[in-house]
Amino acid sequence: MKSLFTTIKKAAPAAAFTLALAGGAVLQGCSSGPGEGSATAAGVASDAAQAVYVAPGKHDEYYSFLSGGFNGQMSVYGLPSGRLLKIIPVFTQHGENGYGYNEESKAMLNTSHGFVPWDDLHHPKLSRTNGMTDGRWLFANGNNTPRVARVDLTTFETVEIMEIPNSAGNHCSPYPTDNNEYVIAGTRFSVPLDMKGGTADVSMDEYKDKFRGSISFIKVDKDKGDMELDFQILVPGFDYDLANGGKGPSSDWVFFTTYNTERAGTLKELGASQNDRDYLAAVNWKLAAKYAAEGKAKEMPAYYYHNKMDKDTHIAKSTIKKTVRYLLPEDCPGMMYLIPAPKSPHGIDVDPSGEHMVVSGKLAATIPVFSFSKMQKAIEDKAFDGEINGIPVFKYESVLKAEVPEPGLGPLHTEFDGKGNAYTSMFVSSEVVKWKLSDFTVVDRMPVYYSVGHLMIPGGDTHTPDGKYLVAMNKITKDRYLPTGPELAHSAQLIDISGEKMRMLLDFPTVAEPHYAQAIKADKIAPNSVKFYDLAKNKHPHAVKKESDASVTREGNVVRVKMTAIRSHMTPDNIEGVQVGDTVLFHVTNLEQDWDVPHGFAVMGANTAETLIMPGATQTLRWVPKKAGVFPFYCTDFCSALHQEMQGYIRVSPKGSPVPISFSTGKKKPAA
Amino acid sequence: MKAYHKVLMMIASLSLGLLFLFPMWKIYLKAPQYPEGLEMHIWVNKISGDTEGSLQNFNILNHYIGMEPIHAESFAELKIMPYIVIFFMVTGILVALLGNRKLVLSWVVMLMIGGAVGIADFYMWLNKFGTNLDPTAPIKVPGMTYVPPLLGSKTLLNFDALSLPAIGSLGIGLAILLAGLVYFFSRNTVQVKTAKKVMA
Repeated sequence: MKSLFTTIKKAAPAAAFTLALAGGAVLQGCSSGPGEGSATAAGVASDAAQAVYVAPGKHDEYYSFLSGGFNGQMSVYGLPSGRLLKIIPVFTQHGENGYGYNEESKAMLNTSHGFVPWDDLHHPKLSRTNGMTDGRWLFANGNNTPRVARVDLTTFETVEIMEIPNSAGNHCSPYPTDNNEYVIAGTRFSVPLDMKGGTADVSMDEYKDKFRGSISFIKVDKDKGDMELDFQILVPGFDYDLANGGKGPSSDWVFFTTYNTERAGTLKELGASQNDRDYLAAVNWKLAAKYAAEGKAKEMPAYYYHNKMDKDTHIAKSTIKKTVRYLLPEDCPGMMYLIPAPKSPHGIDVDPSGEHMVVSGKLAATIPVFSFSKMQKAIEDKAFDGEINGIPVFKYESVLKAEVPEPGLGPLHTEFDGKGNAYTSMFVSSEVVKWKLSDFTVVDRMPVYYSVGHLMIPGGDTHTPDGKYLVAMNKITKDRYLPTGPELAHSAQLIDISGEKMRMLLDFPTVAEPHYAQAIKADKIAPNSVKFYDLAKNKHPHAVKKESDASVTREGNVVRVKMTAIRSHMTPDNIEGVQVGDTVLFHVTNLEQDWDVPHGFAVMGANTAETLIMPGATQTLRWVPKKAGVFPFYCTDFCSALHQEMQGYIRVSPKGSPVPISFSTGKKKPAA
Repeated sequence: MKAYHKVLMMIASLSLGLLFLFPMWKIYLKAPQYPEGLEMHIWVNKISGDTEGSLQNFNILNHYIGMEPIHAESFAELKIMPYIVIFFMVTGILVALLGNRKLVLSWVVMLMIGGAVGIADFYMWLNKFGTNLDPTAPIKVPGMTYVPPLLGSKTLLNFDALSLPAIGSLGIGLAILLAGLVYFFSRNTVQVKTAKKVMA
């Protein structure tokens, strides 16, 4: 029995390797082969535990922001520990704190399609100052119903969401320029634009003639961060996948990978994989802005929502925008070029020097690296090979610097360590590959589990990367953690990249589903983190700042309860005079002025989530009682020793009942 | 009194001005839930804390044990004390200008009495708040009172309370010390004067 077990154990790695081969994953030069012990232990640094250990009470060195993918949120992890610090609700309602449920935040999720309480958040991008992440805001894309959000990193709250018109599948988004002059968002799907702000009702057979893409240029206020859609460029009807801005010499440019240049409208899996080369689109954003400012932009009707959270009232307001300006590349010479790139490229990443544009073609055998200086020369020499929609197409060789040979299979994304190295994720061969920007040769490989998508180095997409750690965000989890039924946590891995050889440090499970991430030194954010809101500055129209001002008033069918919460009671906590069918609005103000004393509010039978009220803020829960009786309400966040006593009752009488509105807290003390 | 005695006496009076710039006394609380600490600052004319919300936080904690809420408005002393301090500053300057040694002594003695009365009053307040507890309070520990220390530290349930004079009080100490020195150093000048008179 024992010997059989040993035999199986010995054979297992070899069997796994054979299976990997059978799956088509030829592990080029992969260091974890048979005979090196179990694949799961390969490459783990001997001092890994010490390297990621953050002692109790100590803080992590970095904040990392991992996108939530199909959970629509953003999650914050400390690095190197991999500890989850917060989930920031962005595009999805969040029952935990009432985001998207309470009256104040509902408007954040308004769109031209109505209330959309979910999205697919792929790419977080930190705001920048002089090409460096500055820790002020985080931009994020909503993929499904095209939107761009801004999170304020002093409060870790979503403060702005803007819908993107003429876009479908806002995947190629949001990419800030060096000083957030623009945040740039490209459409993944091309669609037949009706030029009136919607899509036209046309046959899919007309794809080639009628479908177009768009790239949006969102202006960002230098001090406040407020966004505004300045203009769009209407581009050929390809799929726009990913983008990244230039740096240094190339900082006026932004680059986009495209696929489906075949313009197939169906079974894109095949239809978009026919051409050997698709394109890398290069757009001179500064020139585009200049054209737009100089009157080259035309205007078309549009209809899109722009939702902003007011800082003083904590109330989100929606405004509807009715026009959008657009540029056509054919009218704007020098603004846009196309670089042939290997079949269906995915990631486009620009190295810290701004000279190298690295294109990871998921179906390509090599990684092409394009040269910005060669591109400038090619523009001068007019080294073109035709044009599409008036956009010049370069000759491949005129812009190509080198091809990284035999990198692995399924290259997707590349980031940089600022020490002359690039790191590319290999989805199919499930590894991170380190290669040199000086001679374009592979120098190291690290197997990751399983099938890495994006990878992230803090500042690895800026001109000054912090080349200490790399986070691999893997798409497949399988056996990495204790099984939890068919649906599993997602698998992130932390790799030490400070030395010659990569060292595997840590696996950490994440909530769904990190695509891309950003990380920044903690000291750029932590000192500015708000502890509570100043009650004196609360301008919510229904805020009450002292218990004696609490009130219950009837306005027709609406009963307004202006309530206060402070350890450990709510005022009022006895309410009468409400009738079946009334709309009761509980405006709860948290009077606390202390750190980490939120109060929650929930009432029995309310068809909504609780609302969590931060100290100094006011939030509103809406409740329409359907039957008569007495309904309890209580504080949902364990706030104090007498939290369990922080509760009250509201009496609901039948419609037309003579019970007058009355309210109280506590009984008056009998006279002594 | 020589010129420098008068200058010292001036400085003594002016140092009382520190009372308007800094708290007289600070009470520090530490508890497991308050790693950052919680401070109450007692000024000559107000009560505050290390943050805007400190006083409210003190009151929230105290209401569980039935202590009366602390509000600056409930202390008549905070309205009277600023005038007393100003009185001492003005009279101190007058004493300096007059250069009368006996007046210096009476000023110091009066100031010392004033300070002692202040401390006694403060102690009485601490006692009153710490023992006058609402019998309906949620937390009642038999025999337990919550009088914070006047000086030094004391453990009150989950809190470590530490009470220390602050820079404002240093102003009073400095005034007493300097005026005392003036009185002491000027003793020869008077003797010399007397001697001169005798000689004449």
